[in-house]
Amino acid sequence: MQAFQYASPTTVQEALDHLSSTWGEVDVLAGGTDLLSLMKERIHTPNKVVGLRGIKELRGISKSGNNLRIGATVTVQELADNSQIQKQYPALAQAAAGIHSPQMRSMGTVAGDLLQRPRCWYFRRGMGLLAKSDGKSLIPTGENRYHAILGNKGPAYFVNASSLAPALVALGAKVKVVSKSGSREVEIEKLYRAPAGDSERELDLKPDELVTEILIPASGARSATYEVRERQLLDWPLTTASVVLEMSGNTVKSARVVMGHVAPMPWRSSQAEQALAGKTVSEDVAMAAGKAAVAAATPLSQNKYKVQLASVAVKRAVLAAAGRA
Amino acid sequence: MSSKKTPERQENPNEHGSGFSRRTFLQGVGVGSGAVGSAVLTPQATAAPPSEAVGPGAVPMTLRVNGKTHQVSLEPRVTLLDALRNHLDYTGAKKVCDRATCGACTTIVDGNAVYSCTMLAIEAQGRNIETVESISTDDARMHPVQKYFVENDAQQCGFCTPGFVMACKSFLEKNSNPTREQVEQGLSGNICRCGTYVGVRQAVLDAAREVKGGRRA
Amino acid sequence: MPNFDWPAKEDRSLISTRINRLDGPMKVRGTAKYSYDRNLEGMLYGMLVTSPHPHARITKIDTSAAEKVNGFRGAVLINDVGAELQWTGQEILAVAADTEEHARDAVAAVKIDYEVLPHFVKEEDVTKAGNYVTPADEKLEGEPDAAFSAADTVTHEGYYGCATINHCCLEPHGQVVDWKGDEITVYASTQAVGRIGADLAKNLSTDPAMGQVSPSNVVILTPVMGGGFGAKFAIDTWGIACAKLSKQTGRPVKLMLEREEEQLMAGARPSFYGNIKAAAKKDGTLTGYQSETWSTGGPSPRGAPPLPYVFDKEAYKTRHINIATHTGPSRAWRAPNHPQAAVLTMCALTDLAAKLEMDPVSFFKKNLGLTARPEVYSAQIDKAAELIDWKGKFHKPGENGSGYTRRGVGLSIHTWGGRPHDSQCRVTIEPDGKVAATLGSQDLGPGLRTVVGIVLAETMGLPLSQVTVNIGDSRYPPSGASGGSTSTGGVSSSTRRGAVLALDELKGVVAADLGVAAEELEAKDGTIRVKANPSKSLSWSEACRKLGSKTISQLGEQPMRDGGKLADQGVGGVQMADVSVDIETGIVKINKMVAVQDIGLVINLKTAESQVYGALIMGICWALWEERVYDEVTGQMLNPDMEFYKLAGIGDIGELVVHMDTYTYDDRGVIGLGEPPAVSPGAAISNAVFNALGVRVPVVPMTPDKVLAALEKKGGMA
Repeated sequence: MQAFQYASPTTVQEALDHLSSTWGEVDVLAGGTDLLSLMKERIHTPNKVVGLRGIKELRGISKSGNNLRIGATVTVQELADNSQIQKQYPALAQAAAGIHSPQMRSMGTVAGDLLQRPRCWYFRRGMGLLAKSDGKSLIPTGENRYHAILGNKGPAYFVNASSLAPALVALGAKVKVVSKSGSREVEIEKLYRAPAGDSERELDLKPDELVTEILIPASGARSATYEVRERQLLDWPLTTASVVLEMSGNTVKSARVVMGHVAPMPWRSSQAEQALAGKTVSEDVAMAAGKAAVAAATPLSQNKYKVQLASVAVKRAVLAAAGRA
Repeated sequence: MSSKKTPERQENPNEHGSGFSRRTFLQGVGVGSGAVGSAVLTPQATAAPPSEAVGPGAVPMTLRVNGKTHQVSLEPRVTLLDALRNHLDYTGAKKVCDRATCGACTTIVDGNAVYSCTMLAIEAQGRNIETVESISTDDARMHPVQKYFVENDAQQCGFCTPGFVMACKSFLEKNSNPTREQVEQGLSGNICRCGTYVGVRQAVLDAAREVKGGRRA
Repeated sequence: MPNFDWPAKEDRSLISTRINRLDGPMKVRGTAKYSYDRNLEGMLYGMLVTSPHPHARITKIDTSAAEKVNGFRGAVLINDVGAELQWTGQEILAVAADTEEHARDAVAAVKIDYEVLPHFVKEEDVTKAGNYVTPADEKLEGEPDAAFSAADTVTHEGYYGCATINHCCLEPHGQVVDWKGDEITVYASTQAVGRIGADLAKNLSTDPAMGQVSPSNVVILTPVMGGGFGAKFAIDTWGIACAKLSKQTGRPVKLMLEREEEQLMAGARPSFYGNIKAAAKKDGTLTGYQSETWSTGGPSPRGAPPLPYVFDKEAYKTRHINIATHTGPSRAWRAPNHPQAAVLTMCALTDLAAKLEMDPVSFFKKNLGLTARPEVYSAQIDKAAELIDWKGKFHKPGENGSGYTRRGVGLSIHTWGGRPHDSQCRVTIEPDGKVAATLGSQDLGPGLRTVVGIVLAETMGLPLSQVTVNIGDSRYPPSGASGGSTSTGGVSSSTRRGAVLALDELKGVVAADLGVAAEELEAKDGTIRVKANPSKSLSWSEACRKLGSKTISQLGEQPMRDGGKLADQGVGGVQMADVSVDIETGIVKINKMVAVQDIGLVINLKTAESQVYGALIMGICWALWEERVYDEVTGQMLNPDMEFYKLAGIGDIGELVVHMDTYTYDDRGVIGLGEPPAVSPGAAISNAVFNALGVRVPVVPMTPDKVLAALEKKGGMA
């Protein structure tokens, strides 16, 4: 880890004073579970680290108008323990529960999970987010077993690593982003992007902006998240699916289907959503939705299996959301 | 050499230097010298730092470990684990993966098990830091978790063991009557290489029985 | 003449029972001081600069910037300009600084130029190996071709393999060296307390700047250590560099490898891949075996697998080639080459059994005559089958389960030597009653310290709490390195002999007081008493007081002329696995594993069982997830960590059952246990997956991509 200055503001405004308009100069430290590893690998070498621990306004889960407001530094444990989330947003509670390690849950924050850098092992080994050698990406013919099967026309092939984002996208959540010039709300669905070049990040954020809260609209929909992991507990998911079903009796009025760990961003599948609309959920309907979700998949040399896993994850999440699992 | 860093970062926000940045640091391209206390670490591009920013050189810190207050002078980049092990000689917590994966460094901070390798010491100030050294004073008066670790031979080389003990203690404080499945979930943040999980699983269940039995108030 | 024989079963109060390990409390309390935990006065932190390239020549080394780093104290070269580096992570130089952070800064500031050379890192596709291939070994026994072409013969051909894995010791390699005057003290994480001091002295003496170093001036201290598994026998370049840094700076220096370094360069188990052919008569009699295998042990070869494995009396021919790769070099890994050989044999035989439409248990049992110990295996297979309910769970491959889950069982059998290593043990009895065993051995985790204590206490008729065990110091009487399952046999033999000799001396001292000849005395229940009349006795402390000012000191040795036979070698073991496979996701889950193991006389059943549990769990790791992953183009290892280098967690192990053949083979004496149970898990789990799916997943680890590919080859989900 390269030496840095450390600031510990107590208000969002103070925190903003510390941020820089240039990526890389300042990093924001919440739970630290991702950032400190990146810094130890010297992938991030900030001159200054701004700790958010002291900012009370970034904490807490509360009702805010029609939304549930989750402070940026709410921990994964607090999220998983929240009875309202368990009751109203099972897809989110299940996604939080999927982060099994208690240490990770007590340290990791909701915003930290959303904003973590990709786990791509080329990136983590210092070969760059786009992992290029001689101007060409190493990934399409390299060790891509964990890489993208959708949205992978290049130059980005990594997958979004967030555990919570698929559920939050499925639930239609937004983040509130604050900077010195004001604040804006961004749908989490639009928070991520595939960088086109080395000068871009994988987030629609500016370096002097701070995510302060997550807002989830009230909902009476049924929802579920299903993760496929190699190891039973302590592992990154190979694929995730979060499904939200607006029901009318036994019929799906409308659905939102989002897959995780399959693309550089949480991948919403309108094909799968259409396959569910107007249907009564059955094994066959769920399977059709799963197939539709990956119909456009373009696997790389080693990750065809993830197409199957994503399809199965969607199927199982649909069945779980419908109470049929 | 660090002066090279700023322009490079502007070219590439993701890492310093393109391509094999981390490999090439050894070749002197974009070396992060980390020279402490020098002006190069406060690039002019950044506005004058607000007064409360400290470092990058050593700064005074106060850490409360096992109820005892320690005054230390550490760089902000020093992790809680390194502060405990290298500066305060609490070596029960181990450095193994150093990346928040294996749990050998598990320490209890404000009642929660954390990976101390991935918490800055400066952020552990004002908090109640509990290490494995605090939970028993001698072999004859061990914490139930420790006692049943020994009984069930839940250790071989023993290098993961203190981290496991702390994770178990924290787990039992929150789950007094766990099922085997809950034990597995609750200890999924720790890795053992020798393969002592059978003993660990049983030790937690046995300790839960004793704690619940009220023999330890 | 002293009688060294192990006490008869009915006379044992400690041996073969379940006893808590002596160092348990200090390990669970965090007070055990590992090498990594040593913080000496004025100590500096050492760190390595390593090669970023898989293959390169050093053209320039510039440490001038590093020397200006705050806290920098010294640097020593390991590989100089002109050296050809053969793997990413190869050591180039070491630096020392006042803090760990400053040492990292100094490493980052060293500037090295390289001439990058072509590399080769992936060996599974042997057709791409070109001139990295060297023939290694060929064997021919009988007439295998005739066996394959004989009438009424069923032949199976298949491809099988195991990826390269790492030791991943939790305490990394490394040491603290304190060089003061002529004395060099090394707190080392080592499996060879008695060996590495001489290695260090020899290596230092080749450097004029270090002067002549006598081995007797080097002290190695390893009271506890955090795992070795075969990777920690040498002083290694970093040990030598650490000593030089200590000399150069006049300060103690701690240099422990970083996790990344540990994974890149400090220990790997070679891969093995191969095309296997096996034939049997229609009645199930195995007649022929043929293997064409290849492997990499990194830049240098690591030997051929022992093929055919265990079933080795049929006609066979084997051919093995080595492939040199620019990857971290291999080191001995629990039962070197046996686990891979088990996969290449037991999986092929299970597939042949399926082709014969035989239950593999019947097929294996029918062919036990082709092994070295038919009776042992036969009884073990029956026991294991009973413990896992083989009869209830075995089915025709691929035909069990409902929904998307398929369940299956599989087995594998194994062997190992485990002869006792050379060992000397000093046993002392003091006038105040203190008893101690002192030997220059080391406890890697199997519980060696406790084994020595049990043998000593049992011999003296004392409770374990009343004896002291001193190990982990090179000044103590020498004991062999802990490798190849040789330690428990070695140290229990030397301890027993030393203890018997010391006790006999004590008996001689007190015989007159008890009015009988020394031979008529026994040590039992904390007394020295007359065998024929136990009421005639002296308490242990009374007896010892008779020593006056004299301390008894006797040296027990292994081997020892006229010392009787206390240890042996050559064991068999059987393992069975019960798995569930999710055929939609390819995820394999362990339901249960059973290990039945012969290890002769068990000294401590509790720690022995732990070692077998551990072997099963390590096996689950490499059967299902664990492997080194290299990128072909860059030659970089992509997972030198513990995040994507995947080891089992506590939720991955299912139910594990260990059955020791306790008492069955006691008369053979003590045999080591580290290796044998580590052999079979991969093959047993692979065979269970085959039984579940009806299709072979040919290469371990059986990750979901491979499982789904195998199912697809079969024609989709079962």
